[in-house]
Amino acid sequence: MTTDDSTALRASRSTEVTRLERVVVRFAGDSGDGMQLTGDRFTSEAAAFGNDLATLPNFPAEIRAPQGTLPGVSSFQLHFADYDILTPGDRPDVLVAMNPAALKSNIGDVPRGGTVIVNTDEFTSRNLTKVGYESDPLSDESLEPYTVHHVAMSTLTKGALESTGLGKKDAERAKNMFALGLLSWMYHRPTEGTERFLREKFAGKPVLAEANVLAFRAGWNYGETTESFATTYEVAPASLPSGTYRQITGNLALAYGILAAGQQSELPVMFGSYPITPASDVLHEISKHKNFGVTTFQAEDEIASIGAALGASYGGALGVTSTSGPGVALKSETVGFGVMTELPLIVIDVQRGGPSTGLPTKTEQADLLQAMHGRNGESPVPIVAPASPGDCFDAALEAARIALTYRTPVFLLSDGAIANGSEPWLIPNVETLPDLRVNFATEPNATDGSGEFWPYVRDTETLAREWALPGTPDLQHRIGGLEKQDGAGNISYDPDNHERMVRLRQAKIDGITVPEATVDDPTGDASVLALGWGSTYGPIGAACRRVRAAGLPIAQVHLRHLNPLPANLGEILAAYDRVVLPEMNLGQLAQLLRARYLVDIISHTKVAGQPFKAEELADTFTDIITSSNGKEGHL
Amino acid sequence: MTAIDLGLPALGGLDDVPTTEEPGKAKDYKSDQEVRWCPGCGDYIVLNTVQSFLPSLGLKRENIVFVSGIGCSSRFPYYMNTYGMHSIHGRAPAIATGLATSRPDLSVWVVTGDGDALSIGGNHLIHTLRRNVNLTILLFNNRIYGLTKGQYSPTSDQGMVTKSTPMGSVDTPFNPISLALGAEATFVGRALDSDKKGLSEVLGAAAAHRGSALVEIYQNCPIFNDGAFDVLKDKDEAASRLIPLRSGEPVTFGPQGEYAVVRSGFGGLEVAATSEVATADIVTHDPTIDDPAYAFALSRLDDQTLTHTPTGIFRQVQRPTYDDAAREQVSKARHDKPADLQAVLTGNDTWTVS
Ligand code: SF4
Repeated sequence: MTTDDSTALRASRSTEVTRLERVVVRFAGDSGDGMQLTGDRFTSEAAAFGNDLATLPNFPAEIRAPQGTLPGVSSFQLHFADYDILTPGDRPDVLVAMNPAALKSNIGDVPRGGTVIVNTDEFTSRNLTKVGYESDPLSDESLEPYTVHHVAMSTLTKGALESTGLGKKDAERAKNMFALGLLSWMYHRPTEGTERFLREKFAGKPVLAEANVLAFRAGWNYGETTESFATTYEVAPASLPSGTYRQITGNLALAYGILAAGQQSELPVMFGSYPITPASDVLHEISKHKNFGVTTFQAEDEIASIGAALGASYGGALGVTSTSGPGVALKSETVGFGVMTELPLIVIDVQRGGPSTGLPTKTEQADLLQAMHGRNGESPVPIVAPASPGDCFDAALEAARIALTYRTPVFLLSDGAIANGSEPWLIPNVETLPDLRVNFATEPNATDGSGEFWPYVRDTETLAREWALPGTPDLQHRIGGLEKQDGAGNISYDPDNHERMVRLRQAKIDGITVPEATVDDPTGDASVLALGWGSTYGPIGAACRRVRAAGLPIAQVHLRHLNPLPANLGEILAAYDRVVLPEMNLGQLAQLLRARYLVDIISHTKVAGQPFKAEELADTFTDIITSSNGKEGHL
Repeated sequence: MTAIDLGLPALGGLDDVPTTEEPGKAKDYKSDQEVRWCPGCGDYIVLNTVQSFLPSLGLKRENIVFVSGIGCSSRFPYYMNTYGMHSIHGRAPAIATGLATSRPDLSVWVVTGDGDALSIGGNHLIHTLRRNVNLTILLFNNRIYGLTKGQYSPTSDQGMVTKSTPMGSVDTPFNPISLALGAEATFVGRALDSDKKGLSEVLGAAAAHRGSALVEIYQNCPIFNDGAFDVLKDKDEAASRLIPLRSGEPVTFGPQGEYAVVRSGFGGLEVAATSEVATADIVTHDPTIDDPAYAFALSRLDDQTLTHTPTGIFRQVQRPTYDDAAREQVSKARHDKPADLQAVLTGNDTWTVS
């Protein structure tokens, strides 16, 4: 077979074709097996085909965890469908297990009747012992509940690559492409994109490009020619709103949002950062786009990265810093300084499991109280949380709007699930993006007629102070972390002044205009409200659909603004008998809302490093709805 | 002060800062804020020297920014009628790095102390010097924590009894000049608070230097560490202790020039009696030597007891600055490929739903 042309593979389809609405596929293997790449490509194929999709990568924190062990397992889950979906799926319909470790650590998630495709070559007694299998699951009864396909992927790949002259070891490394080819065949995926991708990726190494394309085709042909697979599946394109789409991850969308904020504000961006999982990709991406007038500064530590961003804000740039929870702990001091000096600053926190170093590659929402309260003194900071990968773009623009309009640090709380997860994204038209331009001070403004510039004279509507840039004649002034005299901005230890300034800073943040919360209650008669924030949007929404499909009413509200909260939230909460709030922490938002609105919120929490499953939330919601029936007047 | 041509573009530290025909006088640089250091504090005299010196730069006053950390000396910006930021403990070099990188039209000064720069902010200081950000850093070294009322600092003498070391400090002190040279600072100088002329000379060269210029100023704290540098100010003692560094001149000192600096083993330097060494063996000071080892050896002549204390400019070499290079990357990127947000958002892999 020659691979010089890029003609698409065409199936003769002697097999039976079943139409499905949705499928969840999980690729699992050793960290070195290339599962993330395989998943990415399968995702691109689904996107190119027009399915709606959502993905969930899951990988160890170690770069090269010991081979073949349970901690070394890396997986990538893709949910694709012919309708709009909200989550990467709870349980895989198909599990591709490249070794015993991958099988052992993932089989528990596969529902009975699910399909398991295993690479039998890796099921050696040594590998089985390594992960504690006492007998070979491929020959005992343990996999009986599943449809299992035994495929000697390593052997077949090596065989297919004999003509390339690659050594056995190198040849075997292409087995992930064999698996991708097989799955692509099973689901009638378009293959041109993958072949093009492989040729581009290995442009400098034609032998490897050839080998990977050959392995990919071998996998496809294996499905086509052997009789082990009686059925193939088709998932039709989804009818999403019309427009041009691309696939996007949360971190990429965040980076684009920052670029857009720089353009829309017409300010240079100073992006200070220090490498940290899972936020580093934002730095990587932004550093590729210096032509947008963006300076990226990889600092000596988290503290310097936010310091440089704030220093640039003082000089009239849009200062941005990105990190994860442990980095926020180090940046807190400078965030407080930004609160005191009232300068614009965006602090991106891509949350991960904590406390301390915690779970670097796993997701959690447990930095909410850190963002809200993790500073000395009364130090209010606005918080914006994106709901999905694509929403990170809009959330970044919204954070910039607040930071620039109100001259304040703003927290942007993403998390590991949406940072690395991807979804189709309706590409925005840049003409429709918000205007973020600001006015700098040009004139002395002292209210005592002295002709001085007073840095703490406020706009009566927003309470934002004037932003006077160094270099502006006659506006020389000093700012700093000591308490400021209201208006003039000189150091003041006066008790009444401090009281006034603390309240003014709080009032400024409380007065930020944010959109009202919208209630999704299709039947209009729900008595239970499912509330959420950030990345739980998908599973909560999917759970609500399931509950409604079962004939039970439920309302959903999702919060993007956590500080300040939408003005109508109290009224909404009061209108429902029960409010359930799932969070990937121990109830942090629930605590804030209970204190604020005196509503007895049912806090449903999980801190397993993984997003909620729609199924578990649907069960929880159903229980609450059915148990609250007959409890009218609970409030 | 002319910059030394090392074959690199001979840019001065202030070349991008707008100048004025009317730079004003010292009083124009005084803010309306009452100066609140303790009576007799060395900070006063440094403030006066800086205020008298700045007009000589001929810059627009609004293009000068003082950024400080926390400590007695870090109140400095409040007293200057320029732009100023009294920032966070130890973080001034980081904040100033962001400001200087995004605003080449500003003359950015960092004011810091021994605790601020060498203890809590040590990491930022060394990395700023290593990057060679175009900043002038004034390090007020009084060898004590003043603002927190008298604990030992990273430059305090070993054995020093303070509020937090009733049995004497067991810490080994830093030599700030050695530290800066270890970080390969491109400009390192030292002056005494009381020496207006010497300080002004070093400040002038530091401001003209493109890159990070660190100036250590021995500053007396009459309240918590009074007289720490008295031996250097004492009429009888000073001449035999201070080693004035003058570029191109042999390094000799003493009331009658009876001491000289000569080479010792391992590339080091030592003090010898001028009468006992050949003239050819006496070191001729050259701050432009690229290898920081020479300036480092000069800094090691001083062993905390102030027996032999070089003052003036230890090192003054040219090396590309971080901020120039960072701006160059941005302007090159802009020149090579105009920003097209729509194209970036769209990417290469799209599909259309109709
Ligand atoms: S404590 Fe010392 S350093 Fe601080 S102001 Fe007083 S005299 Fe100056």
